[in-house]
Amino acid sequence: MGTGDSHGVAIAQIVSSCMGGVRTAGDLVAWMQLTRKMKIDQAKAYVAEKLNTQVANLTDETFMAKKREELGLSSVIPDHVEYAGIAAKTKIAKLLDISIHSVDLYHKHLKG
Amino acid sequence: MKSITTSLGDGVRIELTRNELRNDIVQGSEAAAKKGKIDPLTPEDIDHMVDIFSQPGRTVSVEPGKEVVVTDDGAGLMPSWGRPSAGHAIPISDHQSILMYERVYCGDTCGLGFPDYSYKPVKSAIGYARSHYKAISMLTTIPLVYGSQPNMGMYYHPTGPVESPSEYLSKFEFDKAKEVQEEAAEHMRRDIMDVAENLYEVGCEAMNLDTSGSAGDADFWGCLNTVKDMKEKMPDMPVEMGMAGEMVMGMHGELTFEGERLAGMFPHSQAKVAAKAGVDVFGIAVNTETGKSTPYNLARTVTFTKACSDESPIPVHANSGMGVGGMPMTLLPPIGDSTRCAKALVEIGKADGL
Repeated sequence: MGTGDSHGVAIAQIVSSCMGGVRTAGDLVAWMQLTRKMKIDQAKAYVAEKLNTQVANLTDETFMAKKREELGLSSVIPDHVEYAGIAAKTKIAKLLDISIHSVDLYHKHLKG
Repeated sequence: MKSITTSLGDGVRIELTRNELRNDIVQGSEAAAKKGKIDPLTPEDIDHMVDIFSQPGRTVSVEPGKEVVVTDDGAGLMPSWGRPSAGHAIPISDHQSILMYERVYCGDTCGLGFPDYSYKPVKSAIGYARSHYKAISMLTTIPLVYGSQPNMGMYYHPTGPVESPSEYLSKFEFDKAKEVQEEAAEHMRRDIMDVAENLYEVGCEAMNLDTSGSAGDADFWGCLNTVKDMKEKMPDMPVEMGMAGEMVMGMHGELTFEGERLAGMFPHSQAKVAAKAGVDVFGIAVNTETGKSTPYNLARTVTFTKACSDESPIPVHANSGMGVGGMPMTLLPPIGDSTRCAKALVEIGKADGL
């Protein structure tokens, strides 16, 4: 639930204590908390297993940049942004074996 | 020697000796334990918190491997002038602000909300909410959470259709005061459900009921019932519930959910009843006492958070914004406080996220 209305502290909080979103595997762990109610250690272990790696690598920027490129999951690197958005979320849903409602609806619309 | 630089709960900088620091932490933890009927922090926890405040750096951070997820509470929209209540007034759209939050700030999730951040006004601007959500969610990779406040107080006169219970409470007409609160809760429930269904139609990935219980136990009751409705109709849309404070005020006093009386509930009980309703992520909120130091307020918050994390069957994300989560009640909190609060909430409070 983050920093709320406070000004100028969001970056400090993210750098201090948070996983780092698409710069690492933060979004993937967040999806597991939201869709499967997993606590943090369980969510990290689940994502690490799906990525076929160790939990410690989830916040390793170098490792995760390569992994995200390999799997087409988007990141902050310009070359990877071509996968961003609904395309990346489609791959994330498949990788993590979860349902993401925006993805489900998009594919339903594609099928007419 | 006063060697520890920190702040009061109103943000004013103060200096403490090491003994004063430890005393404030012990007192804060004992205050929470007494109020919530929970365990105080252990001596090891207190040593750990003393160490967090004693570290000489301007900011601190968690140990590698202990990072958690951040669910934002408006931080992603903060730069945009689309947030007139509290933004930085940079002339960029919500769209640009959120993509910046994803790819520059690197938040784990991001929030979207209407400038007038309550569900009641969102209902009358639902086309705006739907089009914004749809367009932005096509471009974001991180979870996009639609947030607003249930804010049951908006349903009372003069801004809403229901008479205020204070009119009856002042006349000792308690039954009538309870009746109007239940009526307001039903109005709120219908509005939140209406917004949820509309956003679900455009692919909403998750919703946040932010600052639940702000008008007391009837507000919390209405929120829990809404979540139950949402989960029955839209089981694949996750719901976060963030609270308004550490204790549910008993404005009604007799309302229950699944057999549990809501008035007077503290976070460790709030999280369990939220989970029963179907909530996926629970947001603990512990209020700051502005006349006390940040170490006191943080120790109080961490004590409640640790008990909540221990007992909650669902992930617990600690609100750590303005005047909650140990943070000073000021728009511009020191980043030294912010990072110390975050570290303690994660490492001692065992929060699953912030």
